[in-house]
Amino acid sequence: MRWGVVVFPGSNCDRDCLFVMQKVLGQEAIAIWHEEQDLPPVDAVVLPGGFSYGDYLRSGAIAAFSPIMGAVGRAARSGLLVLGICNGFQILCEAGLLPGALLTNADGLFHCHPAHLRVENNCCLFTRSFASGEVVQMPIAHGQGRYYADASTLDRLERSGSILFRYCDVHGERTREANPNGSVANIAGICNEEGNVAGLMPHPERACEPLLASTDGLRLFRSLASTPLEAEPGATYARSAAG
Amino acid sequence: MIRARVLILPKRTVFDPQGEAVRHALGHFGLAAVDRVRVGKEIEIEMPGEGDPTEIRSRLETIARDFLSNPVVEEFELHIEGVP
Repeated sequence: MRWGVVVFPGSNCDRDCLFVMQKVLGQEAIAIWHEEQDLPPVDAVVLPGGFSYGDYLRSGAIAAFSPIMGAVGRAARSGLLVLGICNGFQILCEAGLLPGALLTNADGLFHCHPAHLRVENNCCLFTRSFASGEVVQMPIAHGQGRYYADASTLDRLERSGSILFRYCDVHGERTREANPNGSVANIAGICNEEGNVAGLMPHPERACEPLLASTDGLRLFRSLASTPLEAEPGATYARSAAG
Repeated sequence: MIRARVLILPKRTVFDPQGEAVRHALGHFGLAAVDRVRVGKEIEIEMPGEGDPTEIRSRLETIARDFLSNPVVEEFELHIEGVP
């Protein structure tokens, strides 16, 4: 498996992602500069966290129109696996590769702490190393992570099983107190209906070694690493919808 | 010269914590009965006034809708001065 990690001006989690893929997973991973017009041969692309372009205009808005995102969009529409983490999630929404938008946290504060997440759907390539309903822990670190989608989009996400993670308490209860940013329906991470593009605000790459208090993030990367890659280009990845 | 101004505000259906904080603070100025405050941004673009006015207008409209604002959560107004 060969990973590509896109580096935008202001990305600051790109090295962490490369470290996890190369040193923890022992796989090939390369950095891809945002000015590239084409993607090198890779099996999955990660858009890392950070503050691309200083979060100017809107978080992720300028990065969404960078040259590499044209190539990422074309590849994503042909079935390439794309994972957006934090700022990467914001970029995917701004680029229209995922529905909805990420807004300033409802309380106006920057939240930087471990968060409990309930795995909503493990039928997706990104979450198949988890059990549905399982409670996992990954850190969050964002000021603009309030997921918003209008009622019909939200309904579609729910019906298609596209909600991957929700903020919850330690028991897996979806409470208002456990929702750090005011996201609609406690949503922390989603995928597209085809199941090959996913985004989440929590940082799985910061939860990959016992020293970091949680290794739950590593299971997300492992879910992808065990993906069979013989799928034809353009093939959509089969995924059954959760109830 | 063309001067375009793009006024961007969060949609009324979207909670605006910045606007809410400002609304709350208006009470300190004796203006307590305020129903809503929305905080947005204004972007000014200056460019040479050359070319087909219809095309310039349509291009600015596209830029304002697809890049400068996010139609999922924001609304915009585009005001253009100097187009012949």
